Amino acid sequence: MNSFLIAGLLLVLLGIAYQVGWSRSRNLATPNGVKVHSRPQYHGSLVAIWTLVPTLIILALWGYFGPDIVRSFAVSQIPADVIGGLDQMGLNNAVLRLQSIASGYGVTGELAPYEQAAGESLRSFQLLTSLLVAGVAIAAGIAALLFARSRITARLRARNSVERIVNLALLACSGVAILTTLGIVASLLTEAIRFFTFINPIDFFFGTVWNPKFSSTVAGDYGQYGLLPLLSGTLMVAAIAMLVAVPVGLMAAIYLSQYAPRQLRAVAKPLIEILAGIPTIVYGFFALVTVGPFLRDAGAAIGISVSATSALTAGIVMGIMIIPFISSLSDDILNQVPRTLRDGAYGLGATQSETIRNVLLPAALPGIVGAFLLAVSRAIGETMIVVLAAGNSPILRGTPLEPVSTITVSIVNQLTGDTDFAGPQSLVGFALGLTLFVMTLLLNIVALYIVRRFREQYE
Amino acid sequence: MTDTLSTTTNASAERTKLIRAGLRKRHLTEAIFKGFGLGAIVLALGFVALLFADVLSKGIPAFTQSNLHLSVTYDPETIGVDPAPVRTAGQSDADFRAANLKWQRDVALLNWNKVVEASLRAAAPAGFEIDSRQILTIAETNARHQIRDMFVADPTLLGKTIEVDVLASANADNWVKGNIDRNLGDAQQQLSAPARNLIDTFEANGTISSGFAWSIFTNVDSRAAPAAAGLAGAFMGSLYMMLVVILLAVPIGVASAIYLEEFAPKSRLTDLIEVNINNLAAVPSIVFGLLGAAVFINYLHLPLSAPLVGGLVLTLMTLPTIIIATRGALQGVSPALRQAALGMGASKTQMVFHHVLPVTLPSILTATIIGVAQAMGETAPLLLIGMNAFVASVPATPLDQATALPVQIFLWQGNENRNFFEARTSAAIIVLLGFMILLNAIAIFLRTRLEKRA
Repeated sequence: MNSFLIAGLLLVLLGIAYQVGWSRSRNLATPNGVKVHSRPQYHGSLVAIWTLVPTLIILALWGYFGPDIVRSFAVSQIPADVIGGLDQMGLNNAVLRLQSIASGYGVTGELAPYEQAAGESLRSFQLLTSLLVAGVAIAAGIAALLFARSRITARLRARNSVERIVNLALLACSGVAILTTLGIVASLLTEAIRFFTFINPIDFFFGTVWNPKFSSTVAGDYGQYGLLPLLSGTLMVAAIAMLVAVPVGLMAAIYLSQYAPRQLRAVAKPLIEILAGIPTIVYGFFALVTVGPFLRDAGAAIGISVSATSALTAGIVMGIMIIPFISSLSDDILNQVPRTLRDGAYGLGATQSETIRNVLLPAALPGIVGAFLLAVSRAIGETMIVVLAAGNSPILRGTPLEPVSTITVSIVNQLTGDTDFAGPQSLVGFALGLTLFVMTLLLNIVALYIVRRFREQYE
Repeated sequence: MTDTLSTTTNASAERTKLIRAGLRKRHLTEAIFKGFGLGAIVLALGFVALLFADVLSKGIPAFTQSNLHLSVTYDPETIGVDPAPVRTAGQSDADFRAANLKWQRDVALLNWNKVVEASLRAAAPAGFEIDSRQILTIAETNARHQIRDMFVADPTLLGKTIEVDVLASANADNWVKGNIDRNLGDAQQQLSAPARNLIDTFEANGTISSGFAWSIFTNVDSRAAPAAAGLAGAFMGSLYMMLVVILLAVPIGVASAIYLEEFAPKSRLTDLIEVNINNLAAVPSIVFGLLGAAVFINYLHLPLSAPLVGGLVLTLMTLPTIIIATRGALQGVSPALRQAALGMGASKTQMVFHHVLPVTLPSILTATIIGVAQAMGETAPLLLIGMNAFVASVPATPLDQATALPVQIFLWQGNENRNFFEARTSAAIIVLLGFMILLNAIAIFLRTRLEKRA
């Protein structure tokens, strides 16, 4: 049956239930000035909830088992001698043909002798069962409705019940976040452990060669999965990004929070924050088609060979992306340093920049370090910029002018379009993901701890 | 006496000089420091300006496109095909559809390139020498499908001549726009010499003209016909994902924020949930992609490349943002409001839902829209659940195969026809950024509107 129709019927039923509870409660109150514990809305809601639960359970059960029941009925309609001559594919096909006849759409070609009758009976079976299920669901709903209605008395604590249910629903919603974390940890761990049954963890964590083989001709030769080239690439790109982002972001925050006139601050702050809202794929494209070629030409002009896609390209553009992150976090933190500290420094005759460098920054240092660590964790986990602009060359190198590869790039390369998860070629994505997750988690925990300590210090 | 005085005066003059000198140095440092700050702002704003200028300058030309105005003749000699089937009484739906499909297959098997070629030759000056392969490089390869589909839709066209606009090929478009160096030798040119001449002739006689590139918005992605590649499929995919995120992330996020902020007892468990949510907000997006691949695809066997799965992954990713923002909004509500409600005898649930929540609605709405906009720009997790597949259709339901706008940008930037697709990718970026700016503008508008009312 049409799911919109079911949803509509359900809504009507709920509306009726609410109305029934509501008017029942209303009627209790009028005759002799009895004090009803809860307001009519709560009685209505309670009855509606009572009605909803059994109906939903029945519909869910049918949704889960229904297709199998219909299918087995269809199979039973095919004569035994026909079934004997069919393999699994043929049987599926025969059932599909019957369902097509039953839906009134018809099939191409000649009908087999049994098909017309079988299709007709399948049609009446489908109609009958769906009517039956709908009837049972509605009957159950109405029974629950009547039961709930009969429970309504002046002393029924309907509000408390409804509030408890609402509370439980809220609790369940906040469980989703926990489930997400559990899901991440469980999926990364199980698949990573499967990966380590193929590849020795020592070879993974301390290997210096990254060379996964896809079409291995020799059985058991999966290639080499050394993490170090990827790790060095990741750290190199992140370090360059921080070299760009920290000076610019921090100075911008200092200027905006200490020097800038109000109008400038009101304009410049949101404009800089635009950088944070731009999708990373856009930065990646920008790095690939504009920044990379520019760096290559600039390098050629001064006689240095710079690759167009390199750790430098990716790092600089990632740095631009992180500027607003650093500047808005630092801005918050600078504003939290108490005014008295600053006024004290001014009172001793310090200039504004001396106050900032010798008083404000030392006081804000823990918070700024926290912001820095959060930014590093973001740089390490960033994907699209490095996929497009870092060059994907997983070789251990010392120079940022050459292409590199990172952990995130390799996850994308190893897992894109492959969901078989049978060999180490794709499973390594999860081992890399686990490494990445643990690294960012540690950085975040330390950073959040530092920031929290900093806030408490001045509160 | 005077002597000591003069020594003191001397000493103090010395000191003043010293201080003056030091002060000059200190003021210089002050100016330099302030200059650095201003420089940082200018640099950051310069990056914003550079990024937008770069994308706009590359992308805006792609919004105009060369079209060919052709007179197409459905010549019965080239189109030798039976008349379209007519439904007979008593025929089942399936039989009629089969007959219709057979007819369409017959039509499709005809060489429609001959029709396209004839129309192009009709537009060329009489006696222009060019072979069929060369002349066909001028029109985009989807022209024959377009002309065929018009015939399938209206079989009475047989024998008639109609005016049709078809797209010029990507190479022809580049030639017209001047993106191809005209001085290159024949060996390096994508288009043959006669074709290049003919394009110039067409431009002169008005057969080729440029118009707004509606194909970017109305067409789906295409590999065979690059000039016809559009964003319609990716746009619908993004829209479906946004719908899933709004339907799931917003209620769940707001509900858990309310629970944590208003109802949760201070216990180890709620502390754990809190730390957990803060960490979840900083987990790299690609890890959510791994979660989606392992749980939704591999364990629950949901379909690959489906916007539903993409939406679920983005929902989990957006949840922490919404929770944190909503909690912030709830914390900002003045205690007086709460106490007044409680004092009037409202229960805690009533206090939250009737009084606190309505006040925070503007901030929650803003945070939600910004979170959703962020999710729309996300690419990496979608790559891991197969949304980078090539899909040449508009998804009809959230369970059909689709891509998303940012993924389409990723796919297009990798296309080997760089000369054409660099502009088209930039155009797609403009569309994506426009979409996000629109969402943010809505957020700002709603906030001001609702705050005024509150």
